[in-house]
Amino acid sequence: MPDINSGPKKEITPEMWGEVDQIIDKYKNKPGSLIPVLEECQYVCGYLPMVLQERISKGLNIPGSTVYGVVTFYSFFTMVPKGRHTIKICLGTACYVRGGKANLEVIQNQLDIDVGETTNDLRFSLDSVRCLGACGLAPVMVIDEDVHGLMTKEKTLDVLEKYK
Amino acid sequence: MASENIITINGTEYPFEPNETILEVAERNNIYIPTLCHIKGYTPTGACRMCVVEVKGARTLLPACATPAARNMVVETESERVVKSRKINIELLLSSGHHNCLTCEANGNCRLQDLAYRYQVETVRFPETPSKYPAETNNAMIIRDFSRCIMCGRCVQACNEVQVNRAISYGYRGAASKIVAIGDLPLNESDCVFCGECVQACPVGALIEKPRRFQARNWEESVVKTTCPYCGVGCQLDLHIKDNKIVRVTGTEEIPPNYGSLCVKGRFGYDFVNDSERLRVPLIKKDGEFREASWNDALSLVAKRLEDTKSKNGPDSISVFSSAKITNEENYLAQKFTRAVIGTNNVDHCARLCHASTVAGLALAFGSGAMTNPIADINKSEVILVTGSNTTEAHPVISSYIKRAVESGRVKLIVIDPRRIELTRFSTMWLRQTLGTDVAWANGMMHVIIKEGLYDKEYVESRTEGFDELKKMVEKYNPEYVSNITGIPAEEIIKAARLYGNAKPASIFFAMGITQHSTGTDNVKSMANLAMLCGNVGVPGGGVNPLRGQNNVQGACDLGALPNVYSGYQQVASPDAREKMEKAWGVKNLPDKPGLTVTETVEMAGKGKVKALYIIGENPLVSDPDLNHAEECLKKLEFLVVQDIFMSPTAKLADVVLPSASFAEKDGTFTNTERRSQRVRKAVDTPGEARQDWEIICDLSSRMGYPMAYNSPEAIAEEMNSVTPSYGGISYRRLEKKGLHWPCPTEDHPGTPILHVGQFTKGKGSFYALEYIPPAELPDKDYPLYLTTGRVLYHFHTGTMTMQSEGLNEMVPECFVEISPEDALDYNVKQGGMLRVKSRRGEIEARANISDKSIKGSIFIPFHFAEAAANKLTNAALDPIAKIPEFKVCAISIENI
Ligand code: SF4
Ligand code: SF4
Ligand code: SF4
Ligand code: FES
Ligand code: FES
Repeated sequence: MPDINSGPKKEITPEMWGEVDQIIDKYKNKPGSLIPVLEECQYVCGYLPMVLQERISKGLNIPGSTVYGVVTFYSFFTMVPKGRHTIKICLGTACYVRGGKANLEVIQNQLDIDVGETTNDLRFSLDSVRCLGACGLAPVMVIDEDVHGLMTKEKTLDVLEKYK
Repeated sequence: MASENIITINGTEYPFEPNETILEVAERNNIYIPTLCHIKGYTPTGACRMCVVEVKGARTLLPACATPAARNMVVETESERVVKSRKINIELLLSSGHHNCLTCEANGNCRLQDLAYRYQVETVRFPETPSKYPAETNNAMIIRDFSRCIMCGRCVQACNEVQVNRAISYGYRGAASKIVAIGDLPLNESDCVFCGECVQACPVGALIEKPRRFQARNWEESVVKTTCPYCGVGCQLDLHIKDNKIVRVTGTEEIPPNYGSLCVKGRFGYDFVNDSERLRVPLIKKDGEFREASWNDALSLVAKRLEDTKSKNGPDSISVFSSAKITNEENYLAQKFTRAVIGTNNVDHCARLCHASTVAGLALAFGSGAMTNPIADINKSEVILVTGSNTTEAHPVISSYIKRAVESGRVKLIVIDPRRIELTRFSTMWLRQTLGTDVAWANGMMHVIIKEGLYDKEYVESRTEGFDELKKMVEKYNPEYVSNITGIPAEEIIKAARLYGNAKPASIFFAMGITQHSTGTDNVKSMANLAMLCGNVGVPGGGVNPLRGQNNVQGACDLGALPNVYSGYQQVASPDAREKMEKAWGVKNLPDKPGLTVTETVEMAGKGKVKALYIIGENPLVSDPDLNHAEECLKKLEFLVVQDIFMSPTAKLADVVLPSASFAEKDGTFTNTERRSQRVRKAVDTPGEARQDWEIICDLSSRMGYPMAYNSPEAIAEEMNSVTPSYGGISYRRLEKKGLHWPCPTEDHPGTPILHVGQFTKGKGSFYALEYIPPAELPDKDYPLYLTTGRVLYHFHTGTMTMQSEGLNEMVPECFVEISPEDALDYNVKQGGMLRVKSRRGEIEARANISDKSIKGSIFIPFHFAEAAANKLTNAALDPIAKIPEFKVCAISIENI
């Protein structure tokens, strides 16, 4: 059972709550509204923490258990806030055989998070992907929009340092 | 053409009805098709695919539970392909998780085990994948063992569609799938209300009653069907017994009123039966201390003291409190004993404190003071108006009927309640009235209905009287005027009036929020007015439906545990009725003057007019209003006998305490809120020397010179039915399978689910033109807040039964003061902080619970707890007709400590 109350938190600002309530109002009493509401709220707040799920549950009068079920079913919903920077490690075949996995482990140890998680200081989120189409540069890591190729363990850590 | 609706199953042709599924046709014709996920009567989910069958011409196997029968369909239920598919399915289920039958409670009653046996799945071809999730065992009621869960989803459907508690759902995906509560929290931190519907629905051992774990396997249990001892819904339940102990309780399936559903009290609240604190021997108080005594000594003493009191001060110096907890037979005997042996009409019971105003009000309006329609009629209404009833907590199984009806989209719900109760989440409209202004909003609605011509003119004309006075009276109750009194916006009154007025039929449900007022009888008459105005009485799906609090409060009233009537509401003042009873009982000179009520008895005890009191199974020292005063009064009695199953606060005051039997230890009948008489059956033996209430009364009566010799409750029932017209045909034989609604005058009468069809019991229904009268006490400078009292789901009445249960106590361990976030801010109250609550009559201390259920200016306190008895605060102002106290409104102040 994941502990939903620990882990990094990103504040939902009063402006965000305002938008959330507008979204809920817009969809209220319309059937099939849960998924679009979750999508739009995640877009506004970046993630779907329990406080937000509870607000949506009350607002749409949909049971909290159903909301949670839907959030955990679809992979595009997340209950973890995104960090300022998103690291994507490629684990496609080419990258994998040339040490992508080892680079990932280095990052996991350094930042103390797993794939799909965010550091407590909200600096990094970590994801893995399958082939970024840059196999020539394998192993490849992408941070935000920047592609970093031919990574080694040492280089990986150096590159991270550039993102504050 | 219907004759063409023929389907072939396994080579035989069967006719089918439109909309029937293959499964339904098969079951009707005793053809076996295994199911795991399907719940009868609810939308198929198609989750398990165990019910697949081969349909000629179809490419794939089809689930029988979800496939409608069609003309010329040819179905095979056990073809090679079908059997192979089922086998693989079973193997997959067995390999996911840990299905060790040896230590599983479901062993012997598990659908997966049954299927493995039937389809001869001996070895599992796939490797066992252990569950990702550890078992949840942190509450005292339900164990969730995810390693045994086959993800059939029956629990989800049971929770969301049957009980409509909406606490659990499917979570995660693929191999990680799990049944989750909100936030995947443990059940006791979620929205779960522990009704246990999911446990009963689970086809395997994934959901188990915790008290049962390692205590009993299915074949070691014997099962006794009986009636729930808590609220007036009268759920039918099966007690599972091992070694003279209840090991679990399940709802009896397929019969009314509950069709297998129960609430947390009915399912998990049975610990009291086997509690070590149960009274086991008679006790006599000597020099202020109780000493154990023999039955002979105890009863001789009681007989002697009662006789002495009678000869010295006359029969009217003695009163008897009968009980809404004991059986019909026992209530009949208690009033017979009071009238025929003691010679007074001073017999009453706690209905005085909850529904006396209902009985009085509806008797005046219709001629009969009970729920007019059966529970099942909820499905036939177009609009349901619920007021003064926190149905989800006080009558949970009825609330499920209402929630299901609303969720189906057929029924609209209007809630009129000062608190934001759970039902407001389901309602089309929620009107929030100021406490004690019910006559006003009802007049307001009728004003609109009459003005807009929405009332049923023909009905009013032909079936009622007093319309012109009513019309004149409500003339001035225009929406603005009413809005000023009630605080409900004028446009909402208009909207609600139109909603109710346009619906055909519409029904009204109410409980203590209407009755427990100094204007309780007026409030009830107002409900009757509103219903008659729209032609809603005497029709299916309509009615005025008071929800009775105690399991047998209806029966206690019906069988004459009231000071003014014999059984069947035959007036003691009527010479004919007296003569009839004198003949039946073989006595002369039955008293003709109506006796004292519960509240009057307490008062008269204080004044020294009532000298001796015999209390059967009641606990006035927690349930009465203005407790400090009540205690002083009872202490003035010369002689007090209490017959109970526990040493209650009232019993402590007694001179003699007589140990009696709980519901699980006796035979008899209870009559539920919808006037349905149902059997109570003995499942275990009484502890120690405790005896059944009827035996004690008979023994005492015999000692007082009036021998009562019945060899069983059934023998009492025969006499009782012979003198009670409305029960005349309710024999035990007919109650074997399910209950019967009174009036049921003869053996061949089918019972009467709906009252007042075609004609009111009293002929024409009477409208009453009523002025709004404010509550007896209103907030002022010194006591600036309103207090209202009521129940919580997890406890019952004065808690003598529920507070013995670990599970129930865990959920609500102590009293609390529910306060709105706004008031909390104003008074600087912290969540969980201790508060002192004061009224003009007393004070109590309890923790604050800040909740948006309460509304600014009103505080709510449950009345169950003796340590912080809300009734030290409440006002004993009485309704002038019904003598019911005003529990629902008084003025208080709060301070932090
Ligand atoms: S006990 Fe009742 S409320 Fe709780 S999960 Fe089960 S069905 Fe739902
Ligand atoms: S807990 Fe029981 S009822 Fe619920 S999905 Fe699992 S096996 Fe089915
Ligand atoms: S709803 Fe009432 S009768 Fe039914 S189980 Fe609960 S307490 Fe018992
Ligand atoms: S495998 Fe990594 S970029 Fe193609
Ligand atoms: S019973 Fe038909 S799919 Fe489960």
